[in-house]
Amino acid sequence: MTDTTTQQVTRQPSRNLFQKLEIDMRLLGMIGAFVLLCIGFDIVTEGRFLTPRNIFNLTIQTVSVAIMACGMVFVIVTRHIDLSVGALLATCSAVMAMTQTQILPYVLDFGLNHPATWIITIVVGLVAGTIIGAFQGALIGYLTIPAFIVTLGGFLVWRNVAWYLTGGQTIGPLDENFRKLGGINGTLGETWSWALGLILTVAALWVLWTSRQARARHGFAVKPLWAQGVLSAIFAAAILGFVAILNAYEIPSRRLERMFEDRGEILPEGLTIGYGVPFSVLILIVVAIVLTIVARRTRFGRYIFATGGNPDAAELSGINTRWLTVKVFALMGFLCALSAVVASARLANHSNDIGTLDELRVIAAAVIGGTALSGGIGTIYGAVLGALIMQALQSGMAMVGVDAPFQNIVVGAVLVLAVLIDILYRKRLGA
Amino acid sequence: MVDRSGTPLVEMRDISVAFGGVKAVDHVTVDLYPGEVVGLLGHNGAGKSTLIKVLSGAYQGTGEIRIDGRPVQITNPRDARANNIETIYQTLALADNLDATSNLFLGRELVTPFGLVDDAAMEAECRKIMGQLNPNFQKFHDPVSALSGGQRQSVAIARAVYFNARILIMDEPTAALGPHETQMVAELIQKLKAQGIGIFLIDHDVHSVMDLCDRASVMKNGQLVGTVNIPDVTDDDLLSMIILGKMPGAAPAA
Ligand SMILES: Nc1ncnc2c1ncn2[C@@H]1O[C@H](COP(=O)(O)OP(=O)(O)OP(=O)(O)O)[C@@H](O)[C@H]1O
Ligand SMILES: [Mg+2]
Repeated sequence: MTDTTTQQVTRQPSRNLFQKLEIDMRLLGMIGAFVLLCIGFDIVTEGRFLTPRNIFNLTIQTVSVAIMACGMVFVIVTRHIDLSVGALLATCSAVMAMTQTQILPYVLDFGLNHPATWIITIVVGLVAGTIIGAFQGALIGYLTIPAFIVTLGGFLVWRNVAWYLTGGQTIGPLDENFRKLGGINGTLGETWSWALGLILTVAALWVLWTSRQARARHGFAVKPLWAQGVLSAIFAAAILGFVAILNAYEIPSRRLERMFEDRGEILPEGLTIGYGVPFSVLILIVVAIVLTIVARRTRFGRYIFATGGNPDAAELSGINTRWLTVKVFALMGFLCALSAVVASARLANHSNDIGTLDELRVIAAAVIGGTALSGGIGTIYGAVLGALIMQALQSGMAMVGVDAPFQNIVVGAVLVLAVLIDILYRKRLGA
Repeated sequence: MVDRSGTPLVEMRDISVAFGGVKAVDHVTVDLYPGEVVGLLGHNGAGKSTLIKVLSGAYQGTGEIRIDGRPVQITNPRDARANNIETIYQTLALADNLDATSNLFLGRELVTPFGLVDDAAMEAECRKIMGQLNPNFQKFHDPVSALSGGQRQSVAIARAVYFNARILIMDEPTAALGPHETQMVAELIQKLKAQGIGIFLIDHDVHSVMDLCDRASVMKNGQLVGTVNIPDVTDDDLLSMIILGKMPGAAPAA
């Protein structure tokens, strides 16, 4: 027992700057890697990589995989895996494509681009995804078939259900309103983007402050005020900087002219308007925030991590781990459907190969983001960052002109390397 | 002295559990009165842990369980908790990736009015109870995988005693503890007993069973050798029951 106290004492002085700020070192490493990657590509492409336009595109290309990666964190944390997410995305996309182009306009006689079409379509898609996910979860949780097998089967089944539903054809063009959720066709505009940025900043600072207050109220040690200030400043700068970049990507003047013409107006001389935050990115932000709250501040999240850490202990603590498995996979299915909305809206139609190989990208994003396949460890922000790193790598290489086979070779190697670094890092920490 | 005139707090009647062909528990009957400590003794693999896991809802057995004289169905750990049965498992049953506080409240988290888990309030409670059990304990923010065996055991004990159990099952609670901490657990058992809590205590140390228990039930190869009143027997009587599986002639079972 005495060694505990001495350990505490000796550990105190060795706390470095980052520990004082209470920033996760692993997160910092990932952000560092991402920044280096971006700067590297920017130098090689002579400044074409870090333009508002490319950053905008990078963000909207990341959304679909990032949304699913958030759900995959929970799946992997509970010691399961989901190999069916790309196929499930395709099925949800097919269901939604048929709903909005065939069933609603013709069978139910809504006509094209009816204002209710996109909402009904999305609800149908989300319900379908959730039910399919819950069904797979029930096979895993209650019938105790390994997740690897159930979702490997699901991978084949749902890919081909999608094919069957559409007869293998590309379905499109999709509903006009629906397409706004894909990225460039629907953005918040400059003013609303700033408003969003301010709301997020205030919220972030409020969370930092109230958690500090809660600790202080119970008389626990809190970080020094200056550290709190620095952390708050970093958060604010990151959020507002991101908004500023997306706002800096200007709508091309041709397109702007057409937008004004449609409204019967003439484009004022010299007027420029930025795109701002795309709706799809807004969806990702909401998903990431909600799931982070779920992971950290709800019983459901706590049970997910407890079950991953020690399934027997979770069961003995009265947690219904079978039902938990169903819920985790239902959530994964829901997120697949949400990704299907974004992915098909971005492409403006449903194609038969939509979501192909996404299961690998999603798992890789979660793993690069620090989710341990042995279960019990993982973060939502890590997975989002993982997805962003993967996408940056891919589009950077495409921009540099690396041949397609080499692109995939590099991505594969990076995945393995990232896990190796993680293992070494954890060993050094002794955790 | 324990008053055994009323209805027992717990009766486990004719309990059997089989794993494949192995009869781990074979028609065993034990009981427990309020404010009583009953020791469960036996060689390794005698079936002690399996028997009490039937009561804590981890295993399903045949036979009947009564609490306060009423037959109850305990089909999972939630049922056991609903009957105010708390257990310290031999394996501790901690989620290694979570900290002491999360483990203490696992399955019964305190929540804020918005339904979110209230970590600060739980940590405050955790500090209180750990202060009573193991005043040196400081590692409230490390995952329990980073704790010593004894520290982990303290967390498991804290979890069992925090929630106002009426029936406490302790499966070798002091196996990893130092002498001082063992002493504190002994004092804790006396205190809980005085509050009228019934305790099943599994322990290989015959001396501490003689010190702490009112009665002892001895098992051998899944069967009950017998139950004796501790004041009526010596250390050697208990040892021969454990090793030879024979009841001491002078001490008929209660
Ligand atoms: N989950 C299980 N599956 C199969 N056999 C088991 C299982 N659990 C226990 N057993 C067997 O049941 C018998 C009783 O085991 P139990 O754990 O109850 O013994 P114990 O009296 O607690 O021993 P110890 O003093 O070593 O803790 C042993 O033969 C053991 O091998
Ligand atoms: Mg045992």
